[in-house]
Amino acid sequence: MLVTVKILRYNPEKDAQPSYQTFQVEAEETDRVLDLLEKIKGEQDGSLSFRRSCGHGICGSDAMRINGMNRLACKTLVRDVGDQITVEPLLGLPKIKDLIVDMKPFFDHYRRVMPYFISDLPVPEDGRERLQSPEERLRFDDTTKCILCACCTTSCPSFWANDQYYGPAAIVNAHRFIFDSRDTATAERLQILAEEMGVWRCRTAFNCTEACPREIQITKAIAEVKQAILSGKV
Amino acid sequence: MTQVHQYEVVVVGAGGAGLMAALYASRKAKTAVISKLYPTRSHTGTAQGGIGAALGNLEEDHPEWHTFDTVKGSDYLGDQDAIEFMCNEAPGIVYELEHMGLPFDRTPDGRIMQRPFGGHTNNITGKPVRRACHAADRTGHMILQTLYQQCIKNNVVFFDEFQAVDLIMVNGQAAGVVAVELATGELHVFHAKAVIFATGGHGRIWEVTSNAYSFTGDGPAMVLRHGLPLEDMEFFQFHPTGIYKLGILITEGVRGEGGVLINGKGERFMERYAPRVKDLASRDVVSRAIYLEIREGRGVNGKNYVYLDVRPETVNKYAELDGRTNPDGTPYRVTGEQILKKLPDIIDFCRTYLGVDPVTQPMPIQPTAHYAMGGIPTTMYGEVISDAKNTIVPGLYAAGECACVSVHGANRLGTNSLLDLVVFGKQAGLRAAEFAKGASFQPLPADPTDYARAQLERFRTADGSENAFHIAQEMRHEMFENMGVFRTEEGMTHALNKIRELKERMRHVRVSDTGKIFNLELMNAWELSNLLDLAEVTTISALARKESRGAHAREDYPKRDDQNWLKHTMVWMDEKGETRLDYKPVVITKYQPKERTY
Ligand SMILES: Cc1cc2nc3c(=O)[nH]c(=O)nc-3n(C[C@H](O)[C@H](O)[C@H](O)COP(=O)(O)OP(=O)(O)OC[C@H]3O[C@@H](n4cnc5c(N)ncnc54)[C@H](O)[C@@H]3O)c2cc1C
Ligand code: FES
Repeated sequence: MLVTVKILRYNPEKDAQPSYQTFQVEAEETDRVLDLLEKIKGEQDGSLSFRRSCGHGICGSDAMRINGMNRLACKTLVRDVGDQITVEPLLGLPKIKDLIVDMKPFFDHYRRVMPYFISDLPVPEDGRERLQSPEERLRFDDTTKCILCACCTTSCPSFWANDQYYGPAAIVNAHRFIFDSRDTATAERLQILAEEMGVWRCRTAFNCTEACPREIQITKAIAEVKQAILSGKV
Repeated sequence: MTQVHQYEVVVVGAGGAGLMAALYASRKAKTAVISKLYPTRSHTGTAQGGIGAALGNLEEDHPEWHTFDTVKGSDYLGDQDAIEFMCNEAPGIVYELEHMGLPFDRTPDGRIMQRPFGGHTNNITGKPVRRACHAADRTGHMILQTLYQQCIKNNVVFFDEFQAVDLIMVNGQAAGVVAVELATGELHVFHAKAVIFATGGHGRIWEVTSNAYSFTGDGPAMVLRHGLPLEDMEFFQFHPTGIYKLGILITEGVRGEGGVLINGKGERFMERYAPRVKDLASRDVVSRAIYLEIREGRGVNGKNYVYLDVRPETVNKYAELDGRTNPDGTPYRVTGEQILKKLPDIIDFCRTYLGVDPVTQPMPIQPTAHYAMGGIPTTMYGEVISDAKNTIVPGLYAAGECACVSVHGANRLGTNSLLDLVVFGKQAGLRAAEFAKGASFQPLPADPTDYARAQLERFRTADGSENAFHIAQEMRHEMFENMGVFRTEEGMTHALNKIRELKERMRHVRVSDTGKIFNLELMNAWELSNLLDLAEVTTISALARKESRGAHAREDYPKRDDQNWLKHTMVWMDEKGETRLDYKPVVITKYQPKERTY
């Protein structure tokens, strides 16, 4: 089938403003939108720029707006979106070129929440693993799935309104440690998230949960963090 | 203006191997990591099934068994001193990852969960053993995230989206790298005392592959261009279970959880090829079996695929026939819900890309190009060597999939790559830092960027009569046809001629993007020239090896020949593109080569 792909193009070395360009590509129903972009780049316009790596929804490189929704191009098939496809860069992050946005603000927010394991407790004397029950492990399983693609944060109206808000992805990554029974820095993280730019900016719009290509229950995770701040315990 | 940075140790690559190296190097020396991808985008994140270590959390297991299985899996081409070292280090390093916070799945008593994997056995009974430590089917994701988190915690310096395009060598010693800053297109010089390559694999040479677009062999290609050899390039692993046509990997863990391979006649055919461990034989064995089934007309619907079936009724039926039990001795049985819990990502891939639900339908699969056993030759401390006498190149290190220690020999066992990354990444980091502490900076050449500039400039000034996208397609098709699971003299010669033709045509490629900012078209063209060089040396190494061993299966020489070929291949390429071969003995300590059956 012939598919029409309308792409928001922007080359800072030439263009004052982004503008749409339309391409026609021969495709199959089961092709990924990423396949179409590769084909356009390979055969029609080599300057079309986008990030990609794994090609199957794990590395988080190719988050973009596809028909108005934040998605991974490699995890969106033609049959999911039809033969008229509009592709635009993520909203809320500075545009660099075509579908490439500046991820630095996103990763800065991520780094704010101490996204690493901290434990004051000594490791077991026999040098083996710390023990954790399957139930304790399950408590934070969902938020370990995050691939830092930014689909959630850049779909969040609160983030669009104020880009200093840490955003759902950072909270998800804090949640992963706050609810890990082995971690001992819960109080510090909760304090960071209770700040002005922390969880209270969330207005439960649910956009993030809908946008997440890993199907993480983000709104639920944020609610759990809010609850932990209020009750002072996890 | 070219910017010059100075670090004692520069790590190129931020996957499992690069991050582990950086963690260790940065404790002792001023270290920077440069990576063409954001670290968390590295391909380590896609690893699914597990990391191998004889923890014995669920049943008896020993590092010696792990060592023997790895030696056998390698078809006796792996160096036994390095294998033994890796398998002995394994439990300690898995605990170290756990102490860094890695969220492994847990046993009921709170220990790290383990599952069976191909080629890993109880050495007394010969039956599969639970050795793969895992976090659902996203173990690599957890390793990559955990190591990156620890790097943040330890203030490791990152240059994200900087692509190395040349190694700087001064007086036979590594002195740094030249890299393109993708956001500006500017060249940067990283002046270093020690350089560690951890750039990953090169599976994009083949048409059907589990490998990322970014797996273009940049590290090995850069090393090759500096007159240094690559080792055992003919050994490239085809994983038995890639999603039909797409190549996306379905982890061996599916078979570990009881999934079986079924041909077009509904038969569980692995019984005929590996009577003892059946579907959990080594990957080379299973991939060949699938090919033979298809060739003999037993593909599904006459097509080039078979089924991987993990529906509970199928799993339970064969578990009963095999007499498989749980650790407590009760019969092994699964429900759809348990399958979903253990393999959530696999199920998601199948639903997304195939519209198939593995809990109720079998998955169509075919072998997919997966893993480079060969690469930059190193000692078991990550030091790069320059000849068959193991002469060390001062200041140059390599680790991870781009390196060849060799612990995987002719065929890697599943779960041993993640282990290799952390064990040898750590060694490379430690050694590089130690070396840097005792060394001084070599003076840089007048313009260290000359060669890099010339390589890239070529793609801006060529006549433009050829298209890189088509050259890549032709290369991948040719290599999959003639340098795949089975090989012949005739096919490989065809492939070699084709690759040489494509290299010639590559000289006419001009990129249409004339800008500097994120000129990925330019970088992709450079990557393609890397793939072509590696495809060529792979084919040359394969043509020379007149035997079948591990992943190198020749129809015209179907037997292993220890008399003549129990040795590692080393291949060089000079400035004119002429290649040269030499051979290096295999290190054999405890295990004399035997016939390999499963
Ligand atoms: C789908 C899949 C599943 C797998 N499952 C398992 C498993 O269950 N168990 C197991 O043991 N193994 C598994 N493997 C194998 C294993 O995951 C890989 O071999 C391993 O992750 C490679 O790690 P690495 O650190 O060498 O490379 P990578 O993680 O890919 O990292 C390479 C790094 O190098 C950088 N880089 C590359 N070129 C340049 C350049 N020119 N300049 C700057 N930076 C550069 C990249 O940005 C990246 O950061 C699997 C592999 C695949 C593809
Ligand atoms: S390319 Fe990796 S998530 Fe799409």
